This record gives sequence, C-alpha cells and structure tokens, in this order.
Amino acid sequence: MAGKTLYDKLWDAHVVEQRDDGSALLYIDRHLIHEVTSPQAFEGLHIAGREFWRKEANLATPDHNVPTTSSEREQGIEGIVDPISRLQVQTLDNNCNKHNIVQLGMMDNRQGIVHVVGPEQGFTQPGMTIVCGDSHTSTHGAMGALAQGIGTSEVEHVMTTQCLVQKKMKNMLIRIDGILAEGVTAKDVVLYVIGKIGTSGGTGHTIEFGGEVIRNLSMEGRMTICNMSIEAGARAGLVSVDETTISYLKDKPLAPKGEDWEKACSYWRTLVSDDDAQFDTVVEIDAADIAPQVSWGTSPEMVVGVDDAVPVIENGKTETQKESIKLALEYMGLNGGEKITDIRLDKIFIGSCTNSRIEDLRLAAATVKGKKVSPDIKLAMVVPGSGLVKFQAEQEGLDVIFREAGFEWREPGCSMCLAMNADKLEPGERCASTSNRNFEGRQGFGGRTHLVSPQMAAAAAIEGHFVNIQNWNKEA
Amino acid sequence: MEAITIHEGIVVPLDRANVDTDLIIPKQFLKSIKRTGFGPNLFDQLRYLDEGQPGQDNSARPINPDFVLNRQRYQSGSVLLARENFGCGSSREHAPWALTDYGFRVIIAPSYADIFYNNCFKNGLLPIALDSEVVARLFKETEKHSGYRLKIDLDQQIIVEPNGNQISFEIDSFRKHCLLNGLDDIGMTLEKADKISAYEQKRKQQLPWQF
Repeated sequence: MAGKTLYDKLWDAHVVEQRDDGSALLYIDRHLIHEVTSPQAFEGLHIAGREFWRKEANLATPDHNVPTTSSEREQGIEGIVDPISRLQVQTLDNNCNKHNIVQLGMMDNRQGIVHVVGPEQGFTQPGMTIVCGDSHTSTHGAMGALAQGIGTSEVEHVMTTQCLVQKKMKNMLIRIDGILAEGVTAKDVVLYVIGKIGTSGGTGHTIEFGGEVIRNLSMEGRMTICNMSIEAGARAGLVSVDETTISYLKDKPLAPKGEDWEKACSYWRTLVSDDDAQFDTVVEIDAADIAPQVSWGTSPEMVVGVDDAVPVIENGKTETQKESIKLALEYMGLNGGEKITDIRLDKIFIGSCTNSRIEDLRLAAATVKGKKVSPDIKLAMVVPGSGLVKFQAEQEGLDVIFREAGFEWREPGCSMCLAMNADKLEPGERCASTSNRNFEGRQGFGGRTHLVSPQMAAAAAIEGHFVNIQNWNKEA
Repeated sequence: MEAITIHEGIVVPLDRANVDTDLIIPKQFLKSIKRTGFGPNLFDQLRYLDEGQPGQDNSARPINPDFVLNRQRYQSGSVLLARENFGCGSSREHAPWALTDYGFRVIIAPSYADIFYNNCFKNGLLPIALDSEVVARLFKETEKHSGYRLKIDLDQQIIVEPNGNQISFEIDSFRKHCLLNGLDDIGMTLEKADKISAYEQKRKQQLPWQF
C-alpha cells in the first residue's frame, strides 16, 4: 500500500464522521477570529440561542480596521476616527467579552495580524486543523497544520460545533530543488510558482511545498509561501515538519511544556509525507530559474522576473487571456513592453500577513541602512505584523534605520494590504507592496499594486523605481 | 436560507476571467456588521465611476453605462453567467451576500474558487460549473437574444434553454439536499454532538497538550 501524504495524515486524524457522499465531519482544533468576518457569525449565534462548543479553542485579535498611526492608536477603540471601523472593532470586543473568548485587543502589546499572532503565540501547532474567516489562514500550514480560510457561515458552524463539513481535496506537491540565488526570497519563490501554475492551478487541491529550497527556509519564509497558496487557488498550503518547525515552537507562550513538549515533538516528527506517498499532481521547479519577481497586472499570476518586460496583449494564448492582459494593462496604466525597472513608484508598503515578520523587517532594514528614500516617493511605510514583532524590531534598532531612511514606522495591523483603515492608495498611485494581492482597487480605489519581496520594495523606495536587488549597489 | 428548487430568470453575462471577491464587493463595505444591504454595492468599482462609501445614496452616483448590470436589457437579471475561476481571492462571504441581495440566485461559470463556491451554498445561491465551451456558447446566446432566460431545475440537475434544449450539471448530493430544503447545516451537525464529544475524548488522551 502506498504511503500517505501529510495532508492524508492530517485529514484522517480529524474525521469525526465519514459520510456516504464523500463528505466528512472534520474536527477543528483552533479557530482564529478577527473583526471583519465574525460579527455576522456572533449574531447568528445570538439569534439561534447557541453557544461556543469549546471556547478555549478560539483566539481573537482585531487587525483589518485598526489604525496604524500611534496618535490614533493611543486612545484605544474610542480613538478610531472612522465610526464604521470603530463599531466593527468595538463589536468584536463586546462579543469576545460576552462569550469569554480570549482577545488580544487593540491595546494589548501582543495584538497583530491573526496570521502573525497565531504562530507567534504557539496557538497554532503542527498536526492541528486551523480555520479563520480569512483566506490567508493557509499561512499556518507552514507548521505542518491543516489550515484553511472559511466563510462567515462556516465561522458560525465552527463556533458552535467545533467541526466543518468538507470533502477531501486532492494532493499536489510543489517541489523546489536547488539553491536560491542571492537576493531571491520566499516571496519570489511563491510569486514564481503562482506565475507558473496560475491563480486556479491549485484549485481543488491542498498544496504541499517541498524540496531542498523549502527545507532550507526559515519558518518565516515558509509562512510567506503557505500564505500565498490561496493565490494559487489552494485553500491550504503545507510544509512537512522538521527540526526548523520544532525549534521555532520551542518556548512559544502556548507551546506545550515539560513532559508534554517531549510527547508533542515525537508526534510532530511523524507529520511528514511518506517517501512513497502518492500525489495527484506534482510540479517540479528548479531554484536556479527563479529571479526576483515583480507583478505587473491585476492578478497575482501576472508576474515576471525583474529583468523582464511587461507583457503585451499578443502574449495571451487565448482570447480570454488577451482580454485579461488588456484589462490589466489599462487598469495599471501600462502600455505593455516596458521594462519592469523603468516603472516609477509613488508609495512603498512593507507589511501584511505575507511579509511583516521579523525576518522580513531585518532584510528590508539591511537594504535601506544608511540610504534615503527617493524624493519621488510620497510615502514609504513599514507596518510590523504584531506588537511583538514591532518590539523585537525596536530592540534591534530597525525602527531607527527605517526612520533615518525616511520610512514611516507604524503600529501593527493589516494596513495598506487591503486598505480598510486610513492607509490607502489614491486613484492612479503606484505602489511597490510586500502584500499578497494586486487586485483592482485592493489597496485603494484606482490604486496600482506591484507585489514584491521586502528587499525589492525597500530598494525601490530608495531609487523611486524597481531595481534588481541582485546587482543593485554592487558597484558602489 | 431560502430554498431553491426551480429557478427561471434573465441571464446577465459578465465576460471576464478570474473575477475576485474584492471586485464583487470592495473592502470598504466589509465594515458592516450585518449580512444584508450589500446589493447596491455589488461590483461597485465596475458599476459606478466614483469610489463608493458605505451608507451612501447610490442613486446620486455616476454610473458606468458600459457595465453589464447597468444595461437596460439585463435589468432584473437573476442568473449570472461568468468566466473561469469566478470568486477567487478573499474568503469574504460578503460576496455571495452581495450577489443574493442584488437578486442573483444562480451562477453559471466554467470554474469557481473553492472558498467562494462553498460560501454560495450557505446562502441559497447555486453555483453551476459547466464546460467552458458550453459557457462560451451561452455567452453568445445571451448576447444574441435580448431578454435571454434560462430555467434551472435543481432537483433534475438540468438547465433548460428557451428552445427546450437541456444541459445537465453535476452537484454534490449533500449540498443539493441542503439547497432544495433550505437547511441549516449547523442544526444537522449538532445532531452529531455525541460523536464530536467522543472524538474529543479520544484526542484528549492521545494529544493532551492540545486541550
């Protein structure tokens, strides 16, 4: 009999009841809650007179709407200027208090983006099923956990039953072997993968990322990759557990301790795909083919290497593709054919659940150290992923490096990744962003987003246009 | 949830691939704490020429006359015809809420993003996946005939064209059952409470640190 994939193992371990039609009742170990997708679920609970099944399996933190300027943050929820945002953050606070759900509130120094906070607190661990009303829940798969984004009806379902009704997905393996060139990061790897398989390439699958490149990545890098699985169409991304996973979890506040730690570690070490496991689809990628990536269009699959040019309409293979390129070029204010390094920028955003962890900030800070943001850039901002990331960065003096270079150093939250708070692009503004989506209007009505790695965003801030980080400043 | 058995309505063709949920309902409207009222802002960026705000009087806004929802012949449409990978991106259930609030009950497309597809069923919205060639043909028919309507029979799993031609479609039996009867699946899962508790007890012994 063939071995099992990591996904097979995680799935099998969580089936409460298998149904005849192929669907199963799947047990959920952890549920993360934020203010945007939970109010209607709490309301559903109240209307039906239901309660949480297991309160301690939940953790809440407000992230999407929270302001990132310290002046607005200092006054707590009352200080949020936008009344609709304030009501949503207040509603989460009220709901958590009413149901005794642990919330790392806006004034808690551990508050942050749910997908940064969960791993950082050790709330999400290998072998667990993890859900959140947020598609980037796939991030937590980096720990060897089955982590998926769900809609609000399912949020309510998990709150009251600790289960989900699901059908098993297919298994996909994306194996990246070789050694990444200098200046090529986890973000470039995942953008390259999405460019290769397309935004629906992973639909209906759980993607496991493997190979030498993944094994050599830090947990932060693996989280960046699993985070964007959803941009390849897969609800869940996974990385098999290894010593990197285990040392990341050691001493995290909610990680098991003492005897439990030893037991947990021996269980966690079994959370790998067997050597003879069968995958429905295998994609092999050579690390040497991956250059620093820059997205040029309005879908994450519209991405090229930094030394390449923006595609032209004729590059589309089908009529639908040609139409997509045409619409994207129009929206992005590009003609097609221009060199990526000639694209001039207005704003720089370093942050989001994709790239706001300490390692991301270290790389960006090292890139801008001793340099100045180009006078052409209207705003360059760094938004740490959590209060603890911010604190750590300040201990290391990264905030000083950023500030001296001309960046704004902000309070933690989702910020300009989706612009639900005051941080946004104005119509026509062009941004180099370390976030995950370049959809129309994502960072502000009429705003134009180019997705890049933290180093690429940092270097673009200094030059006012994209540069290839691999040879930038080498001659200086 | 409103049940669906047979639905007949005007087809609205949205000729664009990879329509993401940000496009279906932009982020500023996600600040609402309600499930209703999203219809007037469905496809807000495509439908209007300016930036919409929650609570705004939309009748005073400049509309984009070229956008399909604004064209006279598609008024009161309830069957959305779309291209591949419809509903990709964000998991926001506000997307199906906006579509149903506007009046859509059925979507026909070659493929859907997984989370969006799942969310539709929780809201009495039927997403039907058909071969892209069939979808392409329906786009042509819709353009050709003003007031083009389709009849969707969920129980029989068929779409009936105005000329009587029938197109069959696939759907999971459990999802079909829920849609046909407008069932709340939380109630059904809670009937399994004993099984869930037994599972928990077993796991607690195996993996005590998780509890």
